Amino acid sequence: MSSDYDYSDDDGDYYDEDDMMSTQDDGSAPSDEEMDMDAFNDDFVPARNVRKVYEVEHESLSQGAIEKLMLADIEHISGIFGVDVGTASLLLRHMNWNKERLIEKYMDNASAVSVAAGISLPSRSPSSSSAAAPIRSQSSSTRSGAAPLGRPSRQRGKQNSRSPTPALTHGGGRSQPPKAEPFVCPICFDDSQTSFLGLSCDHLFCSGCWNAYATTKIREEGEHMIRCMAEDCSLVVPDATVQNILGDDTATWERFQELLVRHFVGSNPNLKYCPYPSCTYTVSCSAAAHKSALTTMVPTVRCGAAVTPPHKFCFGCPIEADHRPVICGVAKMWLKKCRDDSETANWIKSNTKECSKCQSTIEKNGGCNHMTCKKCKHEFCWVCMGPWSEHGTAWYSCNRFDEKEGVDARDAQSKSRASLERYLHYYNRWANHEQSAKLSIELYSKTEKKMEEMQITSELTWIEVQFMKKAVDEVEKCRTTLKWTYAMAYYMDKGNEKELFEDNQRDLEQAVEDLSELLESQIDAEAIPALRQKVTDKTVYVSKRNEIMLEDTAKGFLDGRWGWNVTVDGFE
Amino acid sequence: MASISSRRLRKELNEINAEGCPCGIKLLNADNFEVWYFSIEVLGESLYQGEVFKLMFRFDSNYPISSPAVQFVIGPDAQAPIHPHVYSNGHICASILGNEWSPVLSVSAVCVTLQSMLASCKTKERPVDNDRYVRHAPENPKKTRFHYDGESV
Repeated sequence: MSSDYDYSDDDGDYYDEDDMMSTQDDGSAPSDEEMDMDAFNDDFVPARNVRKVYEVEHESLSQGAIEKLMLADIEHISGIFGVDVGTASLLLRHMNWNKERLIEKYMDNASAVSVAAGISLPSRSPSSSSAAAPIRSQSSSTRSGAAPLGRPSRQRGKQNSRSPTPALTHGGGRSQPPKAEPFVCPICFDDSQTSFLGLSCDHLFCSGCWNAYATTKIREEGEHMIRCMAEDCSLVVPDATVQNILGDDTATWERFQELLVRHFVGSNPNLKYCPYPSCTYTVSCSAAAHKSALTTMVPTVRCGAAVTPPHKFCFGCPIEADHRPVICGVAKMWLKKCRDDSETANWIKSNTKECSKCQSTIEKNGGCNHMTCKKCKHEFCWVCMGPWSEHGTAWYSCNRFDEKEGVDARDAQSKSRASLERYLHYYNRWANHEQSAKLSIELYSKTEKKMEEMQITSELTWIEVQFMKKAVDEVEKCRTTLKWTYAMAYYMDKGNEKELFEDNQRDLEQAVEDLSELLESQIDAEAIPALRQKVTDKTVYVSKRNEIMLEDTAKGFLDGRWGWNVTVDGFE
Repeated sequence: MASISSRRLRKELNEINAEGCPCGIKLLNADNFEVWYFSIEVLGESLYQGEVFKLMFRFDSNYPISSPAVQFVIGPDAQAPIHPHVYSNGHICASILGNEWSPVLSVSAVCVTLQSMLASCKTKERPVDNDRYVRHAPENPKKTRFHYDGESV
């Protein structure tokens, strides 16, 4: 059997080295436990590649793979329409990569689509299919005179006749006869420039300005469509020209290509970019592409980046990487509630009481126990919550705790507190597991130290003390599950289903706490083999409980078994 | 070597000095290549007859690739015009100062556009969301992402 530790599936193969263990610990383990473990292995190790009910089928794609997909689309369009790939790419981008719609629209009115996509000019291109914004460039030319700043071109379009400057009807002069003076870029007015560039619109600018412009658009604005710099000109610079403009600035060119990939990915509901910083992988998950699917599953996916820990994220929402077993809608609702409520609720609970008549929340910040509600003017005693009238006027201390009125008032109060208490019950457990899962980093280093100690004090080798690390991993994983089960339970309808859910939750919690305790315990050199056995058994058990929790909840979502005490997005 | 922005601004300034500003627009101050001030009034018949406003242009080193920050100056001697696209803090919601900016536009082109924006105004009123915007507006209008609605200006 292998001792392959960098398993790719975090749920399977826990005890690959089982065989070795059972020969070593010969007889020390109860045989039924051992059977249990074997059964576990039989169930799960071969099932490594079989999808479990709480997992979602997905595929990781590198940037190169996405580029291939894009190219396939581009070539497809280029073949159908008989246009070059640069044009096909601009057409697809204009239509947000929706091939069917593009084909439909293009067949309907090719020139209108080409104009809208910034490929050809409205007036000059009745048959646009061949017009792929040809690039005009010239060096040190004798083009018409330096266009006097932007003003004239400003007049051309929408400027009304009121405009006080005598209107020149057009700027840079296609129609003007060429003069002998050198062309000056109308942006920088640097007459030493010799290399100019323009699209089929004939708006010429020097390469330096083009470069500065494209760099700003790509670097600062994250644009994947770079338009002609002239005012009101909507031609888009084809990719090959962008590369040409950027010259040897390969970093910006790469960024531009990444932006193209991001646009492609963003346009396709089956694809999601890995949200981890500077990761360039994409995940394809068609099962979770539609919002309606998110009521029956939690699409936790991971990208193909070879990093530890792997990049895990939820395909359905950005709230947390892995919020299994609870679905996105409920998890989101819970987090929102916690953000709004938790601290405030705690404070209210410990510092205020409600007026026994109008239920206004009152903070007593000093003075005697004779309270007058600011809102309804009800007078009551802060200590017993009964009406002040029963206290008479002379006593400013309360010794009447059992009076009926006071009991009633406190009852009413406790009822209104009950919903707060209920929330805090779930919140505290949720927060506790979150905290503990975070503390696992600390537990890691402690465990590492223990593992070292074990290697020194016992005969165990490095590989054999790995059981500690595995146990810590498992604890962390299960705490994440547990955390979200509390969010889910808060919103679940009372009833048998919830009780079964909470049974599973309790079993898992119990198992996790036991294992946690074992990991924290002192290490005794002689007791190491026993500890090892215990930890190993517990880890298997915990992992199994976690399986059950996740599996049963996921099945429940598929079967529509869970009922909610609030309206959840997507449910009726 | 001078940067593109200062070379370009020097050229614009020379042109203004040589040819003068468009009618109704006067250069008040252009001592450096960072901030310029203009006075602007609408000639001919309009709702703003007799009113003179003050415009401030701020340029960064990326001008003219990126647009200048343009706003009306509010002070003891100047007020922002009451106009559906001008906020009471002087900020202007005009697409050519934002996503329709083109590097071929110039300072005087912007002035002319703003002048015609005022000239074509039919009712003197503040933008509907004026109070809300002004309360949270950044100091520099370029940091605002305007949503350009209505007729384009």
